[in-house]
Amino acid sequence: MKDDVVICRCEDITYGEIVRAIDEGLTTTEELKRVLRCGMGPCQGRTCSRLIARIIAERTGRDVSEVAYPVVRPPTRPVEIGVLAGEDED
Amino acid sequence: MKTSADCVIIGGGVVGTALSYYLSRRGMRDVVVLERDFLASGATGRCGGGIRQQWSTEPNTRLAIESVRLWRSLEEELDADIEFLQGGYLVLAYTDEDVAQFEKNVALQRRLGLRVQTLSPREIAAEVTPYLNTEGVRMATWCSDDASANPFLTTKAYADAARRMGVDIELRTAVGAIAVEGGRVTGVRTDRGFISAPVVVNAAGSHSVPLAGGVGVELPITPFRREILVTEPLERFLHPMIISFSFGIYFRQTKHGAVIGGFADPEEPEGFNETSSLDFLVEMSRKLRHLMPVLGPVKVVRQWAGLYDVTPDAQPILGVTDSVEGLYQASGFSGHGFMIAPKVADLLAQAIVGETPDLDIERLNARRFEGGDVTLDQSVV
Repeated sequence: MKDDVVICRCEDITYGEIVRAIDEGLTTTEELKRVLRCGMGPCQGRTCSRLIARIIAERTGRDVSEVAYPVVRPPTRPVEIGVLAGEDED
Repeated sequence: MKTSADCVIIGGGVVGTALSYYLSRRGMRDVVVLERDFLASGATGRCGGGIRQQWSTEPNTRLAIESVRLWRSLEEELDADIEFLQGGYLVLAYTDEDVAQFEKNVALQRRLGLRVQTLSPREIAAEVTPYLNTEGVRMATWCSDDASANPFLTTKAYADAARRMGVDIELRTAVGAIAVEGGRVTGVRTDRGFISAPVVVNAAGSHSVPLAGGVGVELPITPFRREILVTEPLERFLHPMIISFSFGIYFRQTKHGAVIGGFADPEEPEGFNETSSLDFLVEMSRKLRHLMPVLGPVKVVRQWAGLYDVTPDAQPILGVTDSVEGLYQASGFSGHGFMIAPKVADLLAQAIVGETPDLDIERLNARRFEGGDVTLDQSVV
């Protein structure tokens, strides 16, 4: 894959950036997420987590089934603060 | 993994990694950091990233001022971008008690050399942010030298700098027990084997308590869940951290653009619960919309929780352990460990290599709780 292919579309993180980070020792999806921000955008990793897990597996010689996806955090979809706050009582 | 070291640090948060860095800087060789998961996977990586110097007691204010002195040159020193930003802290007063306390705080802080101002609601709008709803706000204190940084990047920067000086950082390595013989620490047992060491530092946050308990040391630290959320990124419009003790909130915009913030639920039961709650999500959204109505249409993308390791005086437990020679404590940061980590780690490194620390850390030794004479800082959010 070419280095400039975008893997995380929310945060514009490329294949090359991910591979470099893995080679520096960030070998889990959780670590890559925290340092590169891949999977931290509006889609919360729905688009890129599987791709990133596959890149980690390829790069570290593991089977993709051994690479855990990052913990899924609420809310399930981005929700507006005004909607969460409910009727405006101010 | 090594089987012996000069110093083993338990915990790969900001305190443990910073300590390994400052120990190396002071010439200690053979330092090993043990982290059961990954760097900053505990309290550090779950925190809001604020760096505040506005405290209500002299020792805490001094410690914070000295930490900011280190923070300011940290990116250059560690050769890494840690998103350090001196965007200031705005502290809102709502009650008579707030106003009286803040006036005392400002007098103390100014005496110690901190540049801090008091602002009226009108001055907040003119000088800090026009987006804040100041309804009910009596006044605020404002220190433009207060700051923020990215907790993951800071921890990684300390760890990378430490590794360059020869520190071993062992991730995914869980410590089962601290080993003691004849009142002296001899090493630690891990799930990957035993490491012998004459000096062991317990820097495992709330998990320091069972580790210390295993060698008969009772740390008065209680874990409490604290929740936090983050929004989608926005164009930069807000530079300071905004907090209030009486309204119960802290929030800021990160360099990346997201708004991040939380509040402490006074009803939160103690324990190791790290799950997220809908109650928090709704209440925090109400608070944010009230204080900053422009955030109404902004989307929350993620919420999570972490543990405060709270001591009776909301101050950390640092330094030697009287009953176990060679065992040092560095936990109980009570929700403000990240901001003071640079100076705390520097001071502890000085003590461990046998120098006299250039600020007093004896006052933070666990033995202060034996006399029952503790002063609670009023500025904990």
